[in-house]
Amino acid sequence: MAKPASTLARSADAFMGWIDKRLPVTAFWNATMTGYLAPKNFNFWYYMGSLALFVLVIQVLSGIFLTMHYKPSAEEAFASVEYIMRDVEWGWFIRYLHSTGASFFFIVVYLHMFRSLLYGSHRAPRELVWVFGMLIYLALMAEAFMGYVLPWGQMSYWGAQVIINLFGAIPTIGEPLTEWIRGDFFLSDATLNRFFALHVIALPLAIFGLVLMHLVALRENGSNNPDGIEIKENKDENGIPVDGVPFHPYYTIKDIFGVAMFLLVFTFVLFFWPEAGGLFLEHDNFVPANPLVTPEHIKPVWYFTPYYAILKAVPDKLMGVILMGLSVVILFFLPWLDRSPVKSIRYKGLWYKIMVFTFAIAFIRLGMLGMAEGTPAQTIEMRVWTLVYFAFFILLYFISPGAKTKPLPERLTH
Amino acid sequence: MNNKLFSVIFSLAVAIALVGPLFAAGGGTALQHANVNVRDTAAVQRGAKLFVNYCLSCHSASYMRYNRLAEDLGLDEELVMDNLVFADVKIGETMDIAMRPADAEAWLGKVPPDLSLISRSRGADWLYTYMLTFYQDESGGWNNLALPNASMPHVFWQLQGIQKPVYATHDGMEVVDRLTLGKPGLQSPEEYEGTVRDLVTFLDYLGEPAKVKRKNVGVWVLLFLALFALIAYALKAEYWRDVH
Repeated sequence: MAKPASTLARSADAFMGWIDKRLPVTAFWNATMTGYLAPKNFNFWYYMGSLALFVLVIQVLSGIFLTMHYKPSAEEAFASVEYIMRDVEWGWFIRYLHSTGASFFFIVVYLHMFRSLLYGSHRAPRELVWVFGMLIYLALMAEAFMGYVLPWGQMSYWGAQVIINLFGAIPTIGEPLTEWIRGDFFLSDATLNRFFALHVIALPLAIFGLVLMHLVALRENGSNNPDGIEIKENKDENGIPVDGVPFHPYYTIKDIFGVAMFLLVFTFVLFFWPEAGGLFLEHDNFVPANPLVTPEHIKPVWYFTPYYAILKAVPDKLMGVILMGLSVVILFFLPWLDRSPVKSIRYKGLWYKIMVFTFAIAFIRLGMLGMAEGTPAQTIEMRVWTLVYFAFFILLYFISPGAKTKPLPERLTH
Repeated sequence: MNNKLFSVIFSLAVAIALVGPLFAAGGGTALQHANVNVRDTAAVQRGAKLFVNYCLSCHSASYMRYNRLAEDLGLDEELVMDNLVFADVKIGETMDIAMRPADAEAWLGKVPPDLSLISRSRGADWLYTYMLTFYQDESGGWNNLALPNASMPHVFWQLQGIQKPVYATHDGMEVVDRLTLGKPGLQSPEEYEGTVRDLVTFLDYLGEPAKVKRKNVGVWVLLFLALFALIAYALKAEYWRDVH
């Protein structure tokens, strides 16, 4: 027998009853948190989803405070950022939160996506989870690109110049298209203003909507796991998956620990290494934008450099743009390119380990080459890794159906 | 191959890829280490004095306010007004100069850049090397190893003296091999290095006045988070006991 409830507890119950009659709060909480069963063998890689959401919140909150002081005009933008860094109380902290947060967003998202490659999280029936995730990634790239233009430093200006001019490679409509994007014949105040609008309103709204769809699609089939087997196929007499644990409190509590560990690394960079040696905040971006002086070495921020390297690897501009676009678009098809009967790398055999591993090296190395100066030797290396990058997807399609696999376990392994 | 072994090999290979040779040595001269310590308030103060005496007539520091300088350097506002402020400005104003950009271009050929953020775009080592490697070339004019054909004259020449180039031939090209002190200045080379270090320490501070506070706060944040992570881990272990 339960103890008689206190007056306070009874009032709280009555209050929730009143709410639930009008808004299904408890039902929603039960369905998505306490009643949502997740596989019990999540490892390191499974922290990244909640961390991505956490960084999104950091970016929105710090962004709101930056918007209170930032001036989206070519005349004032650079000075207003320095005003934030010097004259606004704790402004330097807000700004570093946002700039460090941007880079960590991509670190977390890249690890999150790589997890999918390892354990086949994008495979049926979770293809749409992956597709929505990829759409978030695209929106995030646009968001980051436009955000990087806002401080209006030399790299903001010339980086944007190079990226927008890529659209000019498209035959016939290229030139008018770049003018339409810039809102001017050259990169100017009009461009900065519209990028600000897109950065603080349009794209964050799109990202929130896509994240919601990503999570709804995930809840429909439940999370995959490092073994790549369905926990719903192994239920006890009450119809409850034997290898599932309620998301709340088990994974909410575990993710708090994940957030703590993440924050240790994140704040270390924020407080002691905010420029990250020029990777997170580029040296040239501490010089105000000057349309008359081209920096010696224009490069995008590190999270775009793998694709930038693919662009530079191709001698023809239009072909380079097409190949760069393809390198992102091909990721959308990953759920259908992998045709192996098993999902997880654990049961796929050595061939897949070698392929994923080579692909990861190619991506990292392309990222490094994309920020290098581009000597002839580096150009040749970029071409080699570009081939490796695309070979991964092609080989995956042809090798995966017939390759030998290991027997799947009955239950999750620990 | 088991998964543990694979993870280890994977991490190692990624680490090797990351440190792979990539960047060719940059152009210009090899940079000397400035070894600045922005916590050395006395050095920042000496550097500030040098800055207002030697730099602030041509270069501005438009994002820096005098009263912020007073606060961060632990100086009285009156002391700053008397010793560091030569222009007719109030303590809350920024370190601007009277020369208009158009005039500067006409008189000097190039507008001297604002120095507020020069330490963040160039780096302390570059600034240190720049101020040490002015020399007088055959034309009799000033030149510089870190920034060849720099348009700035050597404002510290009376302190450092006049350096002369010694040429050598590399790959058929005549290049400056090293500099010798042709005419000694008021300071010994060691004293002069100290002077430049003071100036660069100030410029480092100027680039990010919040730097010292940032690191001080950071220590406490990390300590708090370490404790928080420990408690979060204990909580997680307690909850997960019945699963394992």
